[in-house]
Amino acid sequence: MLGLSRKTKVSTGASLPVIVGIAAACIFLLVGCLVSNIFAQQTVAGLAQGAIFASLALALVLIYRATEVINFAQGELAMATTYIAYQLTLWHVSYWLAFFLTLVISFVLGAVVYGVLIRPVQHRSVIALVIVTVGLFILIDGLVTWKWGADLKFMPAPFGNNVYHAGGVSFSRQDIGVLLVSILSVILLWVLFQFTKLGLAMRAAALRPAAAALVGIRVDWMLAIGWGLAAVLGAVAGLMTEPSQFLQPTMMQAILLYAFAAAVLGGLESPAGSVVGGLAIGVFLNLIGQYVGYATSELRLPIAFAVLLVVLLLKPTGLFGRRQVRRV
Amino acid sequence: MAALLELADVDARYGPIQALHGVTLSVEEGEIAAVLGANGAGKTTTLRAISGTVRRDGTLRFAGRALHGGPDATARHGIAHVPEGRGTFAELSVWENLRLGAYSRRASKEDFARVQRYFPWIESRRSQQAGTLSGGEQQMLALARAFMQRPRLLLLDEPSLGLAPLLVTEIFRIIRELNEQEGLTVLVVEQNAHIALQLAQTAYVLEVGRVALAGPSAEVQQHESIRRSYLGY
Ligand SMILES: Nc1ncnc2c1ncn2[C@@H]1O[C@H](COP(=O)(O)OP(=O)(O)OP(=O)(O)O)[C@@H](O)[C@H]1O
Ligand SMILES: [Mg+2]
Repeated sequence: MLGLSRKTKVSTGASLPVIVGIAAACIFLLVGCLVSNIFAQQTVAGLAQGAIFASLALALVLIYRATEVINFAQGELAMATTYIAYQLTLWHVSYWLAFFLTLVISFVLGAVVYGVLIRPVQHRSVIALVIVTVGLFILIDGLVTWKWGADLKFMPAPFGNNVYHAGGVSFSRQDIGVLLVSILSVILLWVLFQFTKLGLAMRAAALRPAAAALVGIRVDWMLAIGWGLAAVLGAVAGLMTEPSQFLQPTMMQAILLYAFAAAVLGGLESPAGSVVGGLAIGVFLNLIGQYVGYATSELRLPIAFAVLLVVLLLKPTGLFGRRQVRRV
Repeated sequence: MAALLELADVDARYGPIQALHGVTLSVEEGEIAAVLGANGAGKTTTLRAISGTVRRDGTLRFAGRALHGGPDATARHGIAHVPEGRGTFAELSVWENLRLGAYSRRASKEDFARVQRYFPWIESRRSQQAGTLSGGEQQMLALARAFMQRPRLLLLDEPSLGLAPLLVTEIFRIIRELNEQEGLTVLVVEQNAHIALQLAQTAYVLEVGRVALAGPSAEVQQHESIRRSYLGY
């Protein structure tokens, strides 16, 4: 039977109440931005932060769909690749060249991690897979601390420190830059998956590996490419985090938790859901940080998870997840 | 000339369970061959041995070359396998399923036009999610997808499974058309011995992983034990 048939998967796609809810939230934000300058600033800063969550969340979703495991090392991988970019800038490579070189290196690194560490245990057990990703987390953490130390490092500022003024509101150039770069990489990835033959083959390999092999798709290659692309997204998240958090081995740990929350909020198997989830969490945290007195920075993570819990109680499959039984 | 597909003394196993014991069969270019047998006889396993989705040894030759790769390599060599359960990408659209059929080659407009000639209803359903098609439509989509591979050999695992008699007739009519008009060679596994023997020129009967009987369909049909166990007269 080889799992070709009788398999039910969580299909993705937003239901009407969710779409209405998201539309209402967007209108609320828009009105808020028009009414208050501070609100507008905080919204944009929240979107920038959320876009980082979104890229890392999307990386988690990609891997979850391909390999059915949460890659606990995704954040550390992102951190390590950011250090690689840092090292390149130390060697006097310009920031943006280092940025793109790092994306290429990350792709290879992600694919190699799949081939060397994940593939051998992939069909053994979920526990084995989880242990491997946790082991990878510890390994990367150790290697980076050993090579570069645990103290803060600084990279050249990619977007400068200027401020834009629009309609009496000032936006930081850095926020806009982070937002654009993160969203652009998400869009490029979406185009790849939705409109190219390679993307179609990758989706087929992740959804139904046995059937994909029968039409000639090299399933292992597709999964390796998936891990490579996830690592690229992670690198983008790491590089976009650096301007505000600076470099240190722990820089991505809290962000991984937010990304995880975003992925679950979106339905865990829904790429679009993870992006919406990431942006929503980013904006929400910034706004309550601004307007709710007791939401201090120490309380941000617990508040985010409390809200997540409430959403999941109301809609257990996440915003964009839908459990559906089909004829197969 | 050698046959298009030749299996000699092929064994196959699922872990400790040996499912095929020295199966020998051959399929000539341009013919339809059928594999018959009771539940658990090893019909599905025979197709899996050919496409490389089960551990097998023995000699397998296709178009003069040894077959030893996995399923993806076999597909790229020109063998399309519609497996038990049809191998539909249920989450993807009908159109995407067809495009996946053509994954290993560059599909032309002509290919899609051809598919529409045999399956005219597909055009109006191209963006429907494949998993929501009816059983008969899914079986036709599986055929269409396999046809998009432009294979030299088509392996079909119980195309009649779960379909109403009228649909079974329709499916077999299409298989015959593909064979006669496109020169497609077919190896079909069937429980429905009656219709399979009508369709095929050559038939193999499997019993617990061994070929118990082989020959032209007409002869196999006359065979006493076959009539009693599979044809019911
Ligand atoms: N995945 C598997 N693991 C272990 N044994 C298997 C597996 N698949 C099949 N078998 C065994 O191999 C033998 C042949 O099975 P196969 O599926 O080839 O039979 P079949 O002729 O196709 O039967 P059916 O008409 O029911 O589809 C059976 O004894 C079956 O129990
Ligand atoms: Mg079978």
